[in-house]
Amino acid sequence: MPRILRVLFWIAVSVLGALALATIALHRGEQINALWLVVAAVATYAVGYRFYSSFISAKVLALDPLRATPAERLDNGRDFVPTNKWVVFGHHFAAIAGPGPLVGPVLAAQFGYLPGTLWIIAGAVLGGCVQDFVILLFSVRRDGKSLTEMAKSEIGRAGGVVAYVAVLSIIVILLGATALIVVNALKSSPWGTFTIAMTMPIAVLMGVYLRRIRPGKVLETSVLGFVLVLAAIFGGQWVSETPSWAAIFTLTAPTLAILIIVYGFAASSLPVWLLLAPRDYLSTFVKLGTISLLAVGIVALRPSLHMPPLTRFADGSGPVFAGTIFPFAFITIACGAVSGFHSLISSGTTPKLIRREPETRMVGYGGMMAESMVAIMAMIAASVLQPGVYFAVNSPAGIVGQAPEAAATTISSWGFPVTAAQMASLAHAVGEQTLYNRTGGAPAFAVGMAQIFSNTLGGQAVMALWYHFAIMFEALFILTIIDAGTRVGRFMLQDALGHIWKPLGRTSWYPSILFTSAVIVAAWGNFLWQGIKDPLGGINSLWPLFGICNQLLATVALCVATAIIVKMGRVRYVLVTLVPLCWLVAVTFTASWHKVLDPNPRIGFLAHARQLAAARANPRLIFNDRLDAAVTGVLVVMVAMILIESGFECMRVISGRKSAATKEAPFVMTRLAMEEQA
Amino acid sequence: MKVESLPGGARLSLRELCGLIVAVLREIFDESAYQRFLDRSHLQSSASAYAIFLRENEQAKSRRPRCC
Repeated sequence: MPRILRVLFWIAVSVLGALALATIALHRGEQINALWLVVAAVATYAVGYRFYSSFISAKVLALDPLRATPAERLDNGRDFVPTNKWVVFGHHFAAIAGPGPLVGPVLAAQFGYLPGTLWIIAGAVLGGCVQDFVILLFSVRRDGKSLTEMAKSEIGRAGGVVAYVAVLSIIVILLGATALIVVNALKSSPWGTFTIAMTMPIAVLMGVYLRRIRPGKVLETSVLGFVLVLAAIFGGQWVSETPSWAAIFTLTAPTLAILIIVYGFAASSLPVWLLLAPRDYLSTFVKLGTISLLAVGIVALRPSLHMPPLTRFADGSGPVFAGTIFPFAFITIACGAVSGFHSLISSGTTPKLIRREPETRMVGYGGMMAESMVAIMAMIAASVLQPGVYFAVNSPAGIVGQAPEAAATTISSWGFPVTAAQMASLAHAVGEQTLYNRTGGAPAFAVGMAQIFSNTLGGQAVMALWYHFAIMFEALFILTIIDAGTRVGRFMLQDALGHIWKPLGRTSWYPSILFTSAVIVAAWGNFLWQGIKDPLGGINSLWPLFGICNQLLATVALCVATAIIVKMGRVRYVLVTLVPLCWLVAVTFTASWHKVLDPNPRIGFLAHARQLAAARANPRLIFNDRLDAAVTGVLVVMVAMILIESGFECMRVISGRKSAATKEAPFVMTRLAMEEQA
Repeated sequence: MKVESLPGGARLSLRELCGLIVAVLREIFDESAYQRFLDRSHLQSSASAYAIFLRENEQAKSRRPRCC
């Protein structure tokens, strides 16, 4: 394309993006079409990718197409394999996309669609994409080292320890919070519970089929599993309409919590091939398909957003979770904008597959852009709901009351009209007994998704099927995270305990497997149980705690990246990582301060504990609040330590007291460039 | 038929695009890893070969975190 046309093209994209952003930011009093959000996001991502990531590639990181990557140098056909960049992109995206970008924006929609949407777009382009990109490149230049190893070698021993503790904490809290989402989605729902229960024998069947009948035919097995899951969704309808069966699968929240805890322990101890691997394949298959389907549905239907751009809950009095937009919108939406967890993937499998250095830009920066787009779709799914319905589904009984009429009256008094009859009709349409108090984000997302899907394909008659398909999709891949997360946490614990007593570090020694699995399951099970018993619905305390952990991990990742950029002698470009780092420090430290010390009992853990103590409430609830406060405090202190340590390290380099040397692997000329030319 | 334009001016035919999507899926679903294992160890695909592959990859697979 001639240069002038290229310039005109990018001017047009920029103007379109600015127009879309202005429309979503300045429109008041009228509904806007969801496509404005899509256009604003796509145009901003395009400009960010074309110009900002290009600047980072050339000036900050100086990507070198002639430098051999570890995938080429250490190619062993197993962990290190030079792989086509589009294949790595797909692999990386499948690894980073989880329930976070779906649930976070749905919860943050209580502020209106505007704050969350702006944060998703700006946070991704300037923070999340940058983090994923630079960590991926730095790991590639260090033979695929993990974030923990890089923190240790580039900052110091404390860096490694903090990264380890942050990772373990985030895994434990993530598992507790996401398990709670599943419980809230499945309680009193025989249809959903039956469908999810059926995925377990289906996964075992897939495991046996894959191992004994069609070895290695994973795609074929996943398609087979998917067909069986669809059959289970139809079966669930029959179960819910058959009183004797419905009674068996209508479970309370505590019963579901116990079942999930038992399941987590079993899944961590069973052979990988039997349950974990087939479930992982099945959930990945469903995840990729459903996300694509949702994107098509939104573009085909072009729904209007019923949620206003800003709600009255910007003042911090929101029923979904308490707290003002700053900092709480920014920790509630983590994965769609900036997610520390991604740095584990960017320094895990992905760097070992990268064929050429310049490809880190598309995989790291581009992969996060795709994830951010998923978050935009979740925001749209939440915002197409009538606000009254959204708040009825997402508000805990402790705030709006148990009785349908009382809840409808309370929500209507906030200025979001809804009636008990309207909610009953909606519950009937999606095949549920009730949709009140379904906190956690998943049910609201499922209702929004079912509306989009049923309006695109099948009409109102199949809304119940789409709703349960959405619930199955979310629960399936949350349970997969529980399987995998418990096992990863168990391995991390075994690695650490192995330093104390060697046999505990042996990953194949059954007493060690059972002991460490029990410790990890007890840890996240405690948070899950806490959420079940919390009169405010659990998500109010657990999701912010998870968000704080995740963003603290992002702080560690950006801290490592900043230190490396300084040591590379590129101080003049340090703002690329320093600005998002400072923002995350401001967000996480302010949020932590509020969560621990805020005098409002709906926000501060300690104030809530004092309120419960004054009311002579269950001592267990008081202990939970104090535990949450302690966990938050410990994490903040540890991250402060790593910030200080890396700050001193950077100052030593900048002042010339220490030579600017990084721990990169030595340069080796790539053979791939010559092969490509030939 | 040329249908897809890639950054850098490269273009893909429909057949190449489908091939690429299949390659992505095969990588995500570990079919490519199994094929590499068979090539590396000079084995034919069978239940016992797949069992060895699973054993070899169990540690790596179960230590891989799934993102939130």
